[in-house]
Amino acid sequence: MMTFMQIIIIICIVAIGLAMLGIVYRLIKGPTAPDRVIALDAVGVAIIALVGLFSIFVGTSFYIEIILLLAILSFIGTIAFAKFLEKGEIIDRDNSNQ
Amino acid sequence: MKLNNVIMRTMTQMVFFIIFLFSIHIFLAGHFAPGGGFVGGLLMSCAIVLLLITFDLKTVQTLLPINYMTLTAIGLALALLTACISAFAGEAFFTHYFDYFTLPLLGKTELHTAMLFDTGVYLVVVGVTMIIIQSIGGDE
Repeated sequence: MMTFMQIIIIICIVAIGLAMLGIVYRLIKGPTAPDRVIALDAVGVAIIALVGLFSIFVGTSFYIEIILLLAILSFIGTIAFAKFLEKGEIIDRDNSNQ
Repeated sequence: MKLNNVIMRTMTQMVFFIIFLFSIHIFLAGHFAPGGGFVGGLLMSCAIVLLLITFDLKTVQTLLPINYMTLTAIGLALALLTACISAFAGEAFFTHYFDYFTLPLLGKTELHTAMLFDTGVYLVVVGVTMIIIQSIGGDE
């Protein structure tokens, strides 16, 4: 017999799974590159939410560090994509004189 | 055209240190909890990549004047020497030793030689990742 909390968590996991299906649709279909970048960022956020819910479900705090790690990776990836779309290159050689 | 990225610069100055401290935490948490030298090194190179994205190769080279080739060499030597300690002591290669010490602030602590090996792994991962990223990102 599951507790009320566990039922709620399973409903949340299913809802986030459905949301991820929509995000993946946008990732594949997305007409322009910025759409796909935003979809990738949203996939990162959804995975973070899933790991957090799973951490509550299992009742351990070991997954908290994984959440922070995923957040950092997703953040840096989004920033790199944004700079690539805006400027055309990710790492400048020397931009002090422009 | 001058790119106005005040928000990114201000944010990087804070987030760099957060990622750096988290990398140290992950590195020290290893052995009994998830973490260790490899993940810590990858996170450290993530932090340097964030600096590279926000600023440029020349500025980062003046901020962190590190020769990554030397860093990799130091890490490899450290890892190899730690592995060789047990061979010189007459036991199997890669045998690791640990003991309990009472340190001033931390109280009773367990110290391992695996930690030294992990430090070597950390330095090698940071060095190799940054060599690859700098040589790919520095292309004309």
